[in-house]
Amino acid sequence: MSDAPLLRIEGLTKHFHLPGGRVVHAVEDVNLAIDRGHIVGLVGESGSGKTTVGRTLLRLTEPTAGRMIFDGTDVFALSARDMRVWRRRLQIIFQDPYSSLDPRLTIAAIIDEALDTRGLPKGRARRDRIAELLELVGLAADHATRYPHQFSGGQRQRIGIARALAVEPDFIVADEPVSALDVSVQAQVLNLLEDLRRRLNLTMLFISHDLSVVEYACDEIVVMYLGRIMEKGPSRALRADPLHPYTKALLASAPQPDPTRVRTHVPLAGDIPSPISPPSGCVFRTRCPIAIAACATRIPPTRDLGGGRSVACLRVGEGADHPPFEMEAHA
Amino acid sequence: MTAVTSPLGEDSVWRGLLRRPPAVGALIVLIAVVVLAAGADFLAPYVPSKLSIANRLQAPSALHLFGTDEFGRDVLSRTIWAGRISLAVGGAVVLVSALIGVTLGLMAGYFRRLDGPLSRLIDAMMAFPDILLAIALVAALGPSAFNVVLALGIVYAPRAARVVRASTLVIRELAYVEAAQALGVPTAVILTRHILRNLASPITVQGTFIFANAILAEAGLSFLGVGVSPDVPTWGTMIAMGRQFMDQAGWIMWFPGIAIVASVMSLQVLGDALRDLLDPRLARTT
Repeated sequence: MSDAPLLRIEGLTKHFHLPGGRVVHAVEDVNLAIDRGHIVGLVGESGSGKTTVGRTLLRLTEPTAGRMIFDGTDVFALSARDMRVWRRRLQIIFQDPYSSLDPRLTIAAIIDEALDTRGLPKGRARRDRIAELLELVGLAADHATRYPHQFSGGQRQRIGIARALAVEPDFIVADEPVSALDVSVQAQVLNLLEDLRRRLNLTMLFISHDLSVVEYACDEIVVMYLGRIMEKGPSRALRADPLHPYTKALLASAPQPDPTRVRTHVPLAGDIPSPISPPSGCVFRTRCPIAIAACATRIPPTRDLGGGRSVACLRVGEGADHPPFEMEAHA
Repeated sequence: MTAVTSPLGEDSVWRGLLRRPPAVGALIVLIAVVVLAAGADFLAPYVPSKLSIANRLQAPSALHLFGTDEFGRDVLSRTIWAGRISLAVGGAVVLVSALIGVTLGLMAGYFRRLDGPLSRLIDAMMAFPDILLAIALVAALGPSAFNVVLALGIVYAPRAARVVRASTLVIRELAYVEAAQALGVPTAVILTRHILRNLASPITVQGTFIFANAILAEAGLSFLGVGVSPDVPTWGTMIAMGRQFMDQAGWIMWFPGIAIVASVMSLQVLGDALRDLLDPRLARTT
């Protein structure tokens, strides 16, 4: 593993312009670095901008501002022509395994399309490669002649993964890859991703709304709320000692497999505010149980806490912990 | 909703059609019309242009099932031959309007920047009454079968374009199109391989309706004297010519009229059935 991160995102911002001059602040000033071979989880509620981050990284949506330094190159600055060549280094796995495969193409044709972009000659080498990719994701080589509707959701997701792997990408955005699947199938697909990561040294941004899934699959967790990063850190540390009140709330709302824990459920009050008119100062303050007057006027700076952890909250590290916000206690 | 169809959906569409009595009736009529038109050389009892002044304006009889016209020509034979031209014109109009309409619709639906201008153009064309626009175009181009096809193709292109645009807008947002974009697949390939292929159903349905309308419009244009040359037997010209003898020899116009009604109604019934069968599938995949 090299020292420099494989990709570094700086000041990523995406605004969508609506008719009538309104602006959706989908992503605001996101900074992120991902090391080669790491899986970084991006969590947040619907509307937090996590999917938009994933899509802008592949330039499926053009970013409003920011840079993405990928292996020394600013991908956002590439021309459309250069981008076409670059695309194969960045791939995406989609949430919905039903709409992500063209219903009129066979599995072989779907993967073949990906291989086309690599310029692999047609014929025997192609067929062998398709068989190899299908086996890599746990399907049989003779599945290639079938159509997508002949497969289950989990199998379709495996096909989507095979298509992404066909171009041998350096980096994969997995956009809620298991949230459309049954729980039993979720685990299989997560294990497949983990297995592939180890075998192929994949680097991945794993987007999910489900903290327990992210915790299981990822080395690092990034928590987003209303287009901004609230907190990030190594999975275990973040799980054991969440600092940001939003992270605490997310953890408290996740189901606990440990029956000895007594949960004092403090649900978040209200809904996520509209990204058309995000709150001033800290965007979380309208739902934050420990917000103070200063939160409305200052955008909390991201403070590096060492050990890969950082947090954007004015109240963290004020000295004493926050007694009114104890989420859990051991029985 | 029916069971999941095969990717091309052909088996279950056929089965679905055969379960609907009106659709079966329409298919039988259409097959009969097509067979008669295609085999006119063998199936028509007389040469359609053979004059026989002695036999003019004869009522239907065993010798002349549909009677004869003012020149003694056999109306049955002329109706069969006219079907060939009417169907050919209708089919050609479907091709021309599909070619123009699919191109416009794909461009408008896929490229956001073109959507505004192209949609306004489509709306503007649809604002003209069909038959008036067709008359104006034929008048400008000159009356001939080719120009009638061209004019009607232009008149019906916006209908195809609208349907194609609407479906393209939906398909464009589907993840498999994004997956292709993420792979760097060229736009032309995305448009043809992923979008056009998945538009086959709505285009088929719309094509059926355009076919029906084109047969009717061609007859209308010919009747008004701006269609194909009156010497060429089409259902429209036959009715136009027979109009003068409406009181004495109504059969000259009845039979081509019946042929138009039967063909157009059958196409409409078939189109409705196809829409019922294909649209739920479209809704499911999108």
